[in-house]
Amino acid sequence: MKPTFWHRVDKFARDLTPFALTFVLVVIGAIPFHIPGFAQVAPLLAMIGIYFWAVYRPDLMPSAAVFLIGILHDFLSGLPVGISALIFLMVQGAALAQRSFFFGKSFVIVWIGFVFVAAGALVFEWLVLSVVVGEVIQARTALYQFGLTVALFPVLAWMFTRWQQAFLQVD
Amino acid sequence: MNDRERSISRIAAPVRTFAQRFAYIGLIVTAAALMLVGKMEPAAFERARAHVTDAVAPILDAVSRPLDAVHDMVGEGKTLLALREENARLRAGRDRLLQWQAIARKLETENKALRELLAFVPAPGTKHISARVIGDSGGAFARTMILNAGSRDGVRKGQAVITGAGLVGRVQEVGLRSSRLLLLADLNSRVPVVIESSRVRGVVAGTNGETLRLVHLPPDVVAAPGDRIVTSGHGGALPPGLPVGIVSVVGEGGIEVEPFVDPARLEIVQVLDYGLDGIIEFKAGRTEKTR
Repeated sequence: MKPTFWHRVDKFARDLTPFALTFVLVVIGAIPFHIPGFAQVAPLLAMIGIYFWAVYRPDLMPSAAVFLIGILHDFLSGLPVGISALIFLMVQGAALAQRSFFFGKSFVIVWIGFVFVAAGALVFEWLVLSVVVGEVIQARTALYQFGLTVALFPVLAWMFTRWQQAFLQVD
Repeated sequence: MNDRERSISRIAAPVRTFAQRFAYIGLIVTAAALMLVGKMEPAAFERARAHVTDAVAPILDAVSRPLDAVHDMVGEGKTLLALREENARLRAGRDRLLQWQAIARKLETENKALRELLAFVPAPGTKHISARVIGDSGGAFARTMILNAGSRDGVRKGQAVITGAGLVGRVQEVGLRSSRLLLLADLNSRVPVVIESSRVRGVVAGTNGETLRLVHLPPDVVAAPGDRIVTSGHGGALPPGLPVGIVSVVGEGGIEVEPFVDPARLEIVQVLDYGLDGIIEFKAGRTEKTR
């Protein structure tokens, strides 16, 4: 049976959600929580989204989408434009490269994978920004940011998984 | 599937993989190129950034209001618990301030009389624009905030942002209804200051950490812990005498300054319209004219 027009619109809208959700995570990351010191260590929610979708549904998160999300993140956070795009693309690339390895493995393995990828990404970001600024940047806050991001991964991954089961079944 | 379709898909699949890989590398190169452009021409993305921030500002504004309310409620509860001690402390403080008031009144009249004698040109009048913090998104490597006031409210690039306690930072970019506040702690923040007691000029620079650094002092100058640092007014963009911080450590690694304002709890700030519109922009230790 040929899918009807509305069926296709519906599928298109559903397929857009991984990108939209990750986009929203960037905006959520900009909300002021007024908790002392939190803004500096706030978890990189978008990075979790990019890694998750790269591992589980890479067809719904093309590189261009990752690039856009990165640029939005740079604009909102006041970082040099391009740095987050670069970092997020590298996270996606790393996740895609290890995708066949993650296939069929337990969630813990995917999580450990994220720990390594996030660590690499943050160290790279620190290096690049230190070069851009021309001095060694204090990185203590980045360490906490890394810890929080990694700790929050299962929570967001669980929500994404539920979303995937509810709306993104392959038909 | 017939033979023809099969052969097409046999060619199409590698072509698609190749195209995807090409796009991926292309985007990486683009991102790196954007960074280079931004490094060479810091103002390149200012307008785009302001537009994007403007677009997101209404959402952030709406979301941050209930959060502010919750935060206020928690604060209120804490205050109620500490009411008695607070009261005693305030009484003592009031008595002390009354003495200061008497001194200030005397100095004010004296000052006025002396200014008349000297035909002194007073600093231009300052207007205050109150703004709410609607975005606090810097992350580990940037210290900026988004305010819900922009060019339509009179906010201009380079203006000082203060609270009752002192200087918070400066306006870095302005959109129509939002603006970006560059906090003192940001690596790009440079503010011309003087040591209040000795009137020695210097620059307070952000370190991305808790404390600020006092740099560009004349070589033979000694600063001591406890010295108050205030804005010098050099460059014309900031009014002179805004409290910035207090010297906390003087050592091998330089002079550290503890800022008066802790940006973490900021909800409402004031943008100072000093009338001079940020004539000269201080950035990275060098002066440059803004448009």
